[in-house]
Amino acid sequence: MSFSDIFMITDNPVISGVVWFVILTIVFYLARNHAHRAIIAISRVLHNAMRVSAHSVMLAEKRMIQRNTEVLLEQGREATERIIEREFERVDATVRRDLAEYPALHRHLSEEITKIDEDYNQSIDVPPTPPGWVKAVEAVAKIPSTKGDPMVGNVLEDIHQSLIKANIKATEEYRKESHKRHQLLNGMMPHWRKLRQLLTHVDKNVNSLLQRSTAIDRHIDTYEAIIGKTDRAVRMLSSSSLTHFFIAAFVLTVATGGAFINFHLIARPLSEMVGGTNQIMGLQINNIAAMVIILVELTMGLFLMEALRITRLFPVIGALNDKTRIRMAWVFFSILLFLACVEAGLAFMREWLMEEDAKTLAALRGDESVTAVTENSFLWITTAAQMGMGFVLPFALMFVAIPLETFVHSMRTVLGIVAVGFLRALAWVLRLFGNISRFAGIAIVNIYDLVIFGPLFIERMVKGRQEQSEDNKPKPVEYRGAA
Amino acid sequence: MKKLIIILSLVSAIFLGGCKEEVPNTRGVYMLMDTSGTYTQELEQAQRVINYILANLEPGDSFAVARVDTASFSEKDIIAKVAFDDRPSRANQQKRDFRDKIDKFVKSVKGSAYTDITGGTLQAIEWLTEAGTGRNTILIFSDLQEDLKEGYIRDIPLQLAGFKVVALNVTKLRSDNVDPREYLDRLANWQQRVESGGGSWQVVNDLERLEKVLTL
Repeated sequence: MSFSDIFMITDNPVISGVVWFVILTIVFYLARNHAHRAIIAISRVLHNAMRVSAHSVMLAEKRMIQRNTEVLLEQGREATERIIEREFERVDATVRRDLAEYPALHRHLSEEITKIDEDYNQSIDVPPTPPGWVKAVEAVAKIPSTKGDPMVGNVLEDIHQSLIKANIKATEEYRKESHKRHQLLNGMMPHWRKLRQLLTHVDKNVNSLLQRSTAIDRHIDTYEAIIGKTDRAVRMLSSSSLTHFFIAAFVLTVATGGAFINFHLIARPLSEMVGGTNQIMGLQINNIAAMVIILVELTMGLFLMEALRITRLFPVIGALNDKTRIRMAWVFFSILLFLACVEAGLAFMREWLMEEDAKTLAALRGDESVTAVTENSFLWITTAAQMGMGFVLPFALMFVAIPLETFVHSMRTVLGIVAVGFLRALAWVLRLFGNISRFAGIAIVNIYDLVIFGPLFIERMVKGRQEQSEDNKPKPVEYRGAA
Repeated sequence: MKKLIIILSLVSAIFLGGCKEEVPNTRGVYMLMDTSGTYTQELEQAQRVINYILANLEPGDSFAVARVDTASFSEKDIIAKVAFDDRPSRANQQKRDFRDKIDKFVKSVKGSAYTDITGGTLQAIEWLTEAGTGRNTILIFSDLQEDLKEGYIRDIPLQLAGFKVVALNVTKLRSDNVDPREYLDRLANWQQRVESGGGSWQVVNDLERLEKVLTL
């Protein structure tokens, strides 16, 4: 029995439609109250379910925000601690170095000062002492002179001559002494310079320490803000985390390009070793081997960076004692060097295979000029370039560990932010659907009434007449005080 | 501990299941060269086709060239055959050796009295099936005019499911020029035989455009 069989009550489809409309209108009118209640109940159930779900999602979002903040602060705390630790290590190194030199420096300064002091003492200007017999000359000069007595004149003349001689001698002596003093003063110059150099060195060290202390103060401020869980610290850490994430992602993309080139350098020549026709899971074996080699190189690079304590992705390696850690670093480096040499060899092999291919193709085409081209003298440049790339790329890929660490750490924050955004959007959608279902219930009720407008109109008319007839009936006379 | 063993077993099973070696995606090509009558003059063209195929085949692929003569359902008619080594360097050497064999054959070939294309095709199907290659192509370098010696039965349906048959350089005979219907009927007949055997059919007459037309 098809739909048309049920629908076609009469032969005329219009009349059938009208009959069906009348029947359905009557049925809907009779079921109106129950239908209204059912529609409203369903819409309320949906609305409440959506509202409760939205509330739960918002609670989850709050928990996620709290977790993000904790993760962010924890990461920030760790990073700041590392920075402060390194600053203190530098201060420690400076202080150790300078304090270790301090006794020597002190002795040096004392020696220089003593030397300068001695030179200074020796260079003091001592006036020449007057001759002792000047008083005798004064006594002779006081002898009363008698006229015509040449005795006194002769004595005084002799004394005069002696005085001139003594004066010349004293002047010469004084000049010699002055020259000596000047020489001593001249000799003090290098000591002064040395002293100035030593003091400059001390000043430089002190300034360096002061700068470090300023930096430490700044980091300590940040650390205190993080410990205090201030909004400023959270904002600052969130912003820097996003920046780190995008920069690390960019660098990793570049590194992926490097790995891709590396893969193409070694994939074809590896088919000489492992064959190039068999496949595992749709991938050729030589391609898988190339990927494995590159991944092993990356792993060795990660371990090497870890052993050098440049990154901290594997705490086990970082926690090893220094001797073992350095030994492991050498082992990782040796493996990496070996793989780099292997890659250089494979790159050479690749060039050789390409030449072989070119020669074979030329022979098959009967084109001897191509053979000549492949044997030109400049081919060593491309061979050397490929070998160089094959050797260098494993070491270059080693440094992927640094952006990888940043990427992994910042990804936690970024994923948290994305999850919060998703939860917010989900809560909004749930609330939206809740409200839609609520108002949709009301709208359906109104549409329902619109469909059965005919019976409702009749019902209103009947009720209106009844009310009118009720109003026209004589009202019972109320007597005051009857009650 | 028991749980750990179960988990490890499941992981191993999944891993081993995932590592199952798949069928290699290799190609097999078998070329029939008509050496009857005046068609031997076309063999230089055939050399070009062979060199083109050699240049396109890769390590792991298989290739054989056989002559079509009076009774071609025989391994003796295979002029050169090779399954290319996995190593590219060795495969290159094999290609050169193959080419040398073909050159030697073309220089010394003598025309045959009859043309047994069906026998050659049957031999090609057998050889390619044994080679176990993934995609198989049979190239027929001939005018497709079969001329069987009395007593030879070749009214046999060809089992060509999964095979691609390409007719190369189907030259027109003098009688074809008089009545082109003969040429068209010949082609239609072969197409019907190949397609009824489950194979696909292609005709390539313009060997200058071989690179664009022929995909192995």
